[in-house]
Amino acid sequence: MINSKTKKKKMKVSMEDRIITIVSYVIYTLFAFVCFYPFYYIFINSLSANDLSEKGKVLFWIKGLHFKNYIDIVKVPGLFNALKISLARTVIGTTLTVATAAFLGYMFTRETMWKRKLWYRLVVATMYFNAGIIPWYITMRNLGLTNNFWGYIFPNIVAPFYIVLCKTYVESVPKELQQAAEIDGAGTLRIFWQIMLPVIQPILATVAIFSAVNQWNSFQDTLLLVTDPKLHTLQFVLYQYITQATSLKALVNSTSTSSSIAALATAQTATSIRMTVTVVVVTPIVFVYPFFQKFFIKGIMIGAVKG
Amino acid sequence: MKVKDRKKARSYMEFLYIVPFLILVLLFSYYPLYGWVYAFFDYKPPFPLSADRFVGFKWFKSIVDSPTKISQILKVLRNTFAMSGLSLLFSWVPMALAILLNEIKQKTYRRIVQTVTTLPNFISWVLVYSIAFNVLSSTGAVNSILMNLGLIDTPIMFLQSSKHVWFRMWLWLTWKNAGWAAIMYIAALSGIDEEMNEAARIDGASRIQIIWHITLPSLMPTYFVLVMLNLANFLSNGMEQYYVFQNSFNKEYIQVLDLYVYNIAMGNGGYSLSVAISILKSIVSLVLLCVTNALSKLVRGEGFI
Repeated sequence: MINSKTKKKKMKVSMEDRIITIVSYVIYTLFAFVCFYPFYYIFINSLSANDLSEKGKVLFWIKGLHFKNYIDIVKVPGLFNALKISLARTVIGTTLTVATAAFLGYMFTRETMWKRKLWYRLVVATMYFNAGIIPWYITMRNLGLTNNFWGYIFPNIVAPFYIVLCKTYVESVPKELQQAAEIDGAGTLRIFWQIMLPVIQPILATVAIFSAVNQWNSFQDTLLLVTDPKLHTLQFVLYQYITQATSLKALVNSTSTSSSIAALATAQTATSIRMTVTVVVVTPIVFVYPFFQKFFIKGIMIGAVKG
Repeated sequence: MKVKDRKKARSYMEFLYIVPFLILVLLFSYYPLYGWVYAFFDYKPPFPLSADRFVGFKWFKSIVDSPTKISQILKVLRNTFAMSGLSLLFSWVPMALAILLNEIKQKTYRRIVQTVTTLPNFISWVLVYSIAFNVLSSTGAVNSILMNLGLIDTPIMFLQSSKHVWFRMWLWLTWKNAGWAAIMYIAALSGIDEEMNEAARIDGASRIQIIWHITLPSLMPTYFVLVMLNLANFLSNGMEQYYVFQNSFNKEYIQVLDLYVYNIAMGNGGYSLSVAISILKSIVSLVLLCVTNALSKLVRGEGFI
């Protein structure tokens, strides 16, 4: 009697177990599909016959594989230059932001510094307010940073959130390490350079990735500050292509207007240009991201502990 | 004495090292606050401020000085409240996703879905828009699939429509952020003592009971902080998402405060009016931040500032 009762309970539990497992898997699989499919869809279309892809016939696998889209894309005016600008701002901006976050994160732990707490608060307070985009824009204009490449760099050098991350990390490093170096007569900068920098590398990797993704994705500053097409970034150019891709296809297609089926399959359409540029812009993120996911997660964990 | 002098010299020296960075902070974060004075002048862009007329609170009054302007600002506020309200209303979605993810025990599968669902968080709004454009256009994937299935005869114009704009903007926001937000909760979950779960299981607790009595309560502090932050940012939706998605069809419903401030300045040259609205927004936001921070102190014993 008792035996069958417990058996019944077990049955119920395992039934419940199974339902929870099934619900979890189904919902997350659907969610993952919704997140993944758009990327996949655009990717297969950029490699498929353009006349088919324009009619929406390419849905699940590549039809009429060709690579001409990626060859023709070089002819799209301004694209190569935009790639250079985006790469330059990502590399230069990230380097300066990471170096600054490391240095200030360390300096703000130096209890010997004159009025240390005041300066730290002055920097961290900027996380909680901003003057608004128009006053910021007027400031940038007054400083001569509109239509200027350095307008992408200077405002981002001191990033309070990254400084807080670095400071938290430096504080977790045993104090004895610094003290020993100090007894040996090492100065403030030398301790930073020779002791701290090698030790805090994990957090610097996290900050570097956050910062690089932000620089690569940045769109608003171009919109506000830049009218000179030579300084347009890849994001900005992509936005322009989406809104005016129809006029671009004429520029890219060669003058010979043969209408054979083979030519139709590789002639550029508004859709093909849009999709191919999208793949080009998204590729760095897609490739870099899975490798660095653990750094991202580590970063927010530290942030979470702090918050 | 000498030692003391050297110590003092060092403390000033250390300050000198960070001076260049402090200057950058002053220039790019504090100096723009001075730009608020433009709200009190009749600012015409090419001329310097000294050449402009001081007008006092004219611009502040002009926000509400005619019925059309009142209805305009009310529309913008309605959109802002709708977008932020939807986010707040559904703020539990990432937490629910985290609980589900936590129930997926197969490690490889879990890592794959985790990677895939967090990816959209790291692409820009321009890319999101590009994806939306490609997938939702009249020959895009969604319309093609629906037509192949025979569910519709003519393509649905998803992006060129004024219907359900708020909800669709919320969907895109969720598509972009929910996976990543779920990971935040997973970080909080990894702190749960595995022994507690084990003890509950031995006591005969079912999985639902464990979720309800152990997992959920341990996520609540994180949830509370995120809701408070959401409230503090109620007026700040940011402009990028709405800027890229805006068109003549949905303009009535998509223009939130941040986008409105941009549009009247950059579109119509109304710099002074735009700054006036920014100032009001900043004041309300500051009040919200203080209130939510105080609330957090009351409930959790610590604030988030």
